[in-house]
Amino acid sequence: MPQQTAGTPTYQQKTTSRRPAGTLYRGREGMWSWVLHRITGVAIFFFLLVHILDTALVRVSPEAYNAVIGQYQTPIMGLGETALVAAIVFHAFNGLRIILIDFWNAKYQKVMFYVVIGLWVVTMLAFVPRHLTNVFNH
Amino acid sequence: MTTATITPPAVPEATPSFTVTLMIRRFNPEVDAEPHWQDFDVELYATDRVLDALHKIKWEQDGTLSFRRSCAHGICGSDAMRINGRNRLACKTLIKDLDITKPVYVEAIKGLPLEKDLIVDMEPFFESFKAVQPFLVASTAPKDGKERIQTVAQRERFDDTTKCILCAACTSSCPVFWTDGQYFGPAAIVNAHRFIFDSRDDNAAVRLDILNDQEGVWRCRTTFNCTEACPRGIQVTQAIAEVKQAIMRGKP
Repeated sequence: MPQQTAGTPTYQQKTTSRRPAGTLYRGREGMWSWVLHRITGVAIFFFLLVHILDTALVRVSPEAYNAVIGQYQTPIMGLGETALVAAIVFHAFNGLRIILIDFWNAKYQKVMFYVVIGLWVVTMLAFVPRHLTNVFNH
Repeated sequence: MTTATITPPAVPEATPSFTVTLMIRRFNPEVDAEPHWQDFDVELYATDRVLDALHKIKWEQDGTLSFRRSCAHGICGSDAMRINGRNRLACKTLIKDLDITKPVYVEAIKGLPLEKDLIVDMEPFFESFKAVQPFLVASTAPKDGKERIQTVAQRERFDDTTKCILCAACTSSCPVFWTDGQYFGPAAIVNAHRFIFDSRDDNAAVRLDILNDQEGVWRCRTTFNCTEACPRGIQVTQAIAEVKQAIMRGKP
């Protein structure tokens, strides 16, 4: 293609970036609530898996069980518990939102998403300070 | 007596035009292994549409640019594409509604096999559409042998889902459909809804049975991408929820 002289406004520039992936789909409240619901759901599943395994340890030997449960008293696990409660609270409230969308009315899904976030914040405000004082003072 | 002053004929003000950069995701199956982005500068008016920009590129700059369009007025549903990360009809997206200080990203809709540039293989989409029997099935003869009478309320029941133009903007905006091509997708369910809730139709039970499937309505995760994407403003997720409820009731 011949080089265009300056002043020719609209000619194609042969380029450019080879970004194989397309752009990220820009969904809105509904899509991001679903993404969060999935992430928290998978996280809760893995917690439950570990939780069943550590509880099952009592069948192996009570000492092993006590040792593992003792690990849960450390501050790092305390912070992990905060994350776990955060995930469960969101998953629970958003689950109620999804039930209402399917069986009541899909029109209010955006409002309901912000209500879920609000309820999540309120619940966490009530839980986190008390929980963290327990974790770091005992 | 006053002398009439001759006012000079008003010179029409030139409509301002803007240089808009379009980033288009190109793919030529005969040359490229992977799609790639290419940018074009186009001189456009605020009232132009993205489709006009694509025409200008195709007619004046690069004739190899491939895309579908037919009526160019939002009726045929040929030119659904992903514009700035959202599924839109190119013929209904005005330049004035886009942020032209940044490039406008245009790419093919997602989840269907890419054929060339902005063209995808729509066959899987239409297969799902056909599978829900999108036509009137009436096993009884009409009263008086003439018309099938319907009240205004009965017609209103499925009015929203009659608006579908099968552009695939909804189905290809669905995160479930991207990863699971077997899912019927919003468009097929919308068109099933249109006949399930039609009082003249006698085959609702069959359609509800078809959609009462792992790959049917239960795959819907209510992300509302379809509702946001629909160029006709159909409340797609609401329609899917109504079909879910109809399946649980066992009747429309």
